[in-house]
Amino acid sequence: MALNLDFSFLTADVVKANLLPGLYYSLQLTVVTMVCGIVLGTLVALMRLSSRPWLQRIAAVYVDTLRSIPLLMVILWFYLLIPAGFYSFIAGGYGLAHRPEFSAVITFTIFEAAYYSEIMRAGIQSVPRGQVYAGYAVGMTYSQCMRLVVLPQAFRNMLPVLLTQTIVLFQDTSLVYAIGAYDFLKGFLTAGQIYNRPDEVLLPAAACYFVISFSLSMLVRRLQARIQIIR
Amino acid sequence: MIDIKNISKWYGSFQVLTDCTTTINKGDVVVVCGPSGSGKSTLIKTVNALEPIQQGDIVVDGTSISDPKTNLPKLRSRVGMVFQHFELFPHLSITDNLTLAQIKVLGRSKDESLKRGMKMLDRVGLSAHKDKFPGQLSGGQQQRVAIARALSMDPIVMLFDEPTSALDPEMVGEVLDVMVQLAHEGMTMMCVTHEMGFAKRVSNKVIFMDAGKIVEDCSSADFFGKPEERSPRAKDFLSKILQH
Repeated sequence: MALNLDFSFLTADVVKANLLPGLYYSLQLTVVTMVCGIVLGTLVALMRLSSRPWLQRIAAVYVDTLRSIPLLMVILWFYLLIPAGFYSFIAGGYGLAHRPEFSAVITFTIFEAAYYSEIMRAGIQSVPRGQVYAGYAVGMTYSQCMRLVVLPQAFRNMLPVLLTQTIVLFQDTSLVYAIGAYDFLKGFLTAGQIYNRPDEVLLPAAACYFVISFSLSMLVRRLQARIQIIR
Repeated sequence: MIDIKNISKWYGSFQVLTDCTTTINKGDVVVVCGPSGSGKSTLIKTVNALEPIQQGDIVVDGTSISDPKTNLPKLRSRVGMVFQHFELFPHLSITDNLTLAQIKVLGRSKDESLKRGMKMLDRVGLSAHKDKFPGQLSGGQQQRVAIARALSMDPIVMLFDEPTSALDPEMVGEVLDVMVQLAHEGMTMMCVTHEMGFAKRVSNKVIFMDAGKIVEDCSSADFFGKPEERSPRAKDFLSKILQH
């Protein structure tokens, strides 16, 4: 059986017109989500470790809910639920025109924060209790102790896991095809449609995702050896 | 300077401190000793409110720790503390360990805190290690840095919580030397320790604890010199630790 695969349509022009803009958006989405997600996730982790029961509860509900719902559904819900006015409010006409793209950034940040928060929680708990005592003993407030003593150590301990989660996140960004955001995968699919090669196009797409994710994994492994705190 | 008044503390339903009362005057070197689990470490941690108390009160230099209006971080910044496991900040260099709280808590300038920190580091004899990280130093060296870190805050009193218990025997001496020197300079000190030699030679007051209570609170001359006047529990403790 001949497969009759034909990749000849993947020219430099296609790469430039379809793939690169898509890749650019996918990377943007990944990086913005990572930064915002870690910040939000750290706050949620601190709430979960707080001594106030109501803060713990809110954080627990947030994390448990989002971790129990498939990402694809969350993406669809947020896209359908957030009114158009919100996008024109945050980014004017540009926001309205790129509603799926903006919606994806918000959804991913909120969704990934649930996962990042569990990583940060483990990281914060990995810092010995004595360090907190030492911070307090020299007169630090709770927030100083967290910012200057606990979080820098928690972050270092957890950096490899945070980055690994980010690689998973990069792969998950391909799910935004469901709301029509123009990401890397959509770039491939669009090119496939234009040149009437909708099946072939999935192979190079998969290869690209693999190469990017795999090389990032290798990088994380290298980094891990470098950043460990000498104890 | 430190007034501990009838304090009690519970962990759940377990009472760790029962009605402890004592006074520490300026310039006193007080050794707190007793069997493990007697509440020594808990007692010393209540002085700077690292461990909350449920009953009684502690007044440090005129400030009550149980008054809700008390700014605890500010109070703690004036009370130096040295821990059993050093607790230097492992992600920071020795220099940063010494200057961090001076800058962030006391609001000193970088230059000033560096000057003060280096002076204290020199005092514990470790100037050469200022750019290293805690993990690159031996236990004894780390503990001396921890003492320098506490001293650079210009504390009015120093609390030592078993400062030599986690050290190799060879390194105990270097840490005790620093503590002896500090005592001779007139620093007010409260030390939880099993180093009875240090207690005998340097301290002027001994608090002996058992089962969460202060059993003995007397001058060290009396504690070691007149064993016949001691309580049975203290006699028993002394006979066990002093026979070697």
